[in-house]
Amino acid sequence: MEKRVFFRNKWLPYLLVAPQIAVTLVFFFWPAGEAVYQSVFMPDPFGLKTRYVGLANFQFLFTDPYYRNSFATTALFSSLVTTISMSVALWLAVLADRVGKKAGRYTTLLIWPYAVAPAIAGVLWMFLFMPSIGVLARALGHFGYTWNHALNGGQAMFLVVIASAWKQISYNFLFFLAGLQSIPRSLIEAAAIDGASFTRRFWTIVFPLLSPTTFFLLVVNVVYAFFETFGVIHTITGGGPQQSTSILVYKVFSDGFVSQDLGSSAAQSVVLLLLVSGLTIIQFRFIERRVQY
Amino acid sequence: MARVSLTAVKKSYGKTVVIDDLTLAIEDGELIVIVGPSGCGKSTLLRMIAGLETITAGTVVIADRVVNNLEPRERDIAMVFQNYALYPHMTVFANMAYSLKIAGLDKGEIAKRIETTARLLELESFLKRKPRQLSGGQRQRVAMGRAIVRNPAVFLFDEPLSNLDARLRVQMRMEIKTLQRKLGATLLYVTHDQVEAMTLADRMVVMNNGIVEQVGTPLEVYHNPATTFVAGFIGSPPMNFLDLNNHNIVPVPVKASLVGIRPEHLRFCPLGTGLCDAEVAFFEELGAETLVHLRSQNGEKYILRLESATTPPALATSVGLTAADKYRFFFDNNGKRLKSEDAPPSP
Ligand SMILES: Nc1ncnc2c1ncn2[C@@H]1O[C@H](COP(=O)(O)OP(=O)(O)O)[C@@H](O)[C@H]1O
Ligand SMILES: [Mg+2]
Repeated sequence: MEKRVFFRNKWLPYLLVAPQIAVTLVFFFWPAGEAVYQSVFMPDPFGLKTRYVGLANFQFLFTDPYYRNSFATTALFSSLVTTISMSVALWLAVLADRVGKKAGRYTTLLIWPYAVAPAIAGVLWMFLFMPSIGVLARALGHFGYTWNHALNGGQAMFLVVIASAWKQISYNFLFFLAGLQSIPRSLIEAAAIDGASFTRRFWTIVFPLLSPTTFFLLVVNVVYAFFETFGVIHTITGGGPQQSTSILVYKVFSDGFVSQDLGSSAAQSVVLLLLVSGLTIIQFRFIERRVQY
Repeated sequence: MARVSLTAVKKSYGKTVVIDDLTLAIEDGELIVIVGPSGCGKSTLLRMIAGLETITAGTVVIADRVVNNLEPRERDIAMVFQNYALYPHMTVFANMAYSLKIAGLDKGEIAKRIETTARLLELESFLKRKPRQLSGGQRQRVAMGRAIVRNPAVFLFDEPLSNLDARLRVQMRMEIKTLQRKLGATLLYVTHDQVEAMTLADRMVVMNNGIVEQVGTPLEVYHNPATTFVAGFIGSPPMNFLDLNNHNIVPVPVKASLVGIRPEHLRFCPLGTGLCDAEVAFFEELGAETLVHLRSQNGEKYILRLESATTPPALATSVGLTAADKYRFFFDNNGKRLKSEDAPPSP
């Protein structure tokens, strides 16, 4: 049987994909093009005229210690978020998998954080750790530990990492659980008979067989940490103190919209654009491989 | 090498009883085949011995040790799964080395054992391959190799040949038997295929609905079935059953309600002189033999096996059917075999 749909009107297919194309053009290609265009211009101090400066914006960017620092911050932030959210999710998934079918309700509960908007998640964690009224901050104070993420860069980083990781755990958990459940039981049983303890079975059988899922999640989580944690950072620390939590994507925003340095902001966008493209290519390569697997 | 004994073993999932009151003693070095239709509890039984399922009641003893509460790895058993359960990310060598490494053997000893086993199973040239680069038969060998290298007290095989094609199955059957003899291993072998059971078994355990119907050597079971189930399940084509209410057969033991006659024992005779009359429905000509399918007036179906040299009666003719007294098996209405002076002796 022919599965394809035939259109009598030859314009209809174009009409049907038009909204999608329009959205992509307006919300991606246009701003991206604008960013590339603006990245080679510099506005005058009054914002009245712009001047072509070639790659000067980029040159300036990469000599700026704050920007270079932001790379390091981003690397630290995203590796922490990815490691924490993935390992906690894997641990929870292993436990849920052990319980078996009865874990359904628990699974549902674990999915909830994913439905929380990043900004809300940020506010939630900010209140918990607010130096003056936050429950956890005060509890820490009782133990003699002074908590103030508005002053302490390390604490600020810790907080945005925890808040961002927490949100992503549910997503990772679902994928890990599905991955675990797709490993044939007889393999685990064979390993048990072969004498492997639970821990050994995990590291020698389960974890290697889970690697397609792990790799997929790795890409997704890095992209998440790079780009989708903006809301969390904006609500909790606003990139501070001293830009210690300003990851690349946040700096685009703060340099462009807050400091009004449009040329630099555009250049940063272009750098980010290249980074996303790189990550996307890796992701697509991987998904292709996964289909064959 | 060890003995295995099961005493009053029971398994239930909630209210569903899967195995009921099963008692069985397996001798050292014996090849026991557990045979029965799909869903009768064979795998469950094997998995209870392996320690993969809990034992609801009763005791399982392996090598003079009660193993009810021992982990699988403490039971000194090896299992071959129906889907082989090879570790897909490891080479054949690593698959076989896995248990030995865990047992803490040194590298030299591991390599030596694997070499010996690989030679035994003709796997030497595949040691570096991954399971997905092997054919079904080769995977099956690797699964056996993985069990053999460990040198366990008891081997448990769960339908190991059911994923192979018919020819390979026959070949592997013989190899398994030879191997088991060579190793002198105690082997519990589960299958739903009665031919496989007959050819492999030292003794076979015929199961149905979670209970053991009969235990015995293949020929004992064949010539002396204990129940209608065994009589119908073992032997191909299956035994013919005639309802005694519809047929005038003398002499019969008291309480008998069915008589069973194997296809090879059924004979043609003039109409009205035998146990019953029937019409020839169709033939299955198999070369060495011909199976004659017959149907009686009240709808009972029979199969009669003829040497091909004999000419069968024409299609749609009516014939009488009979069998020598010693080949008539009588059963009561619970399906239990009745012993009497009329019962056929085992040859
Ligand atoms: N986990 C379980 N829960 C409930 N019933 C089960 C479970 N496992 C097996 N059974 C039932 O036990 C019976 C025997 O299964 P099994 O031992 O796999 O049969 P076999 O290997 O002889 O085909 C089947 O009727 C099956 O439905
Ligand atoms: Mg089974």
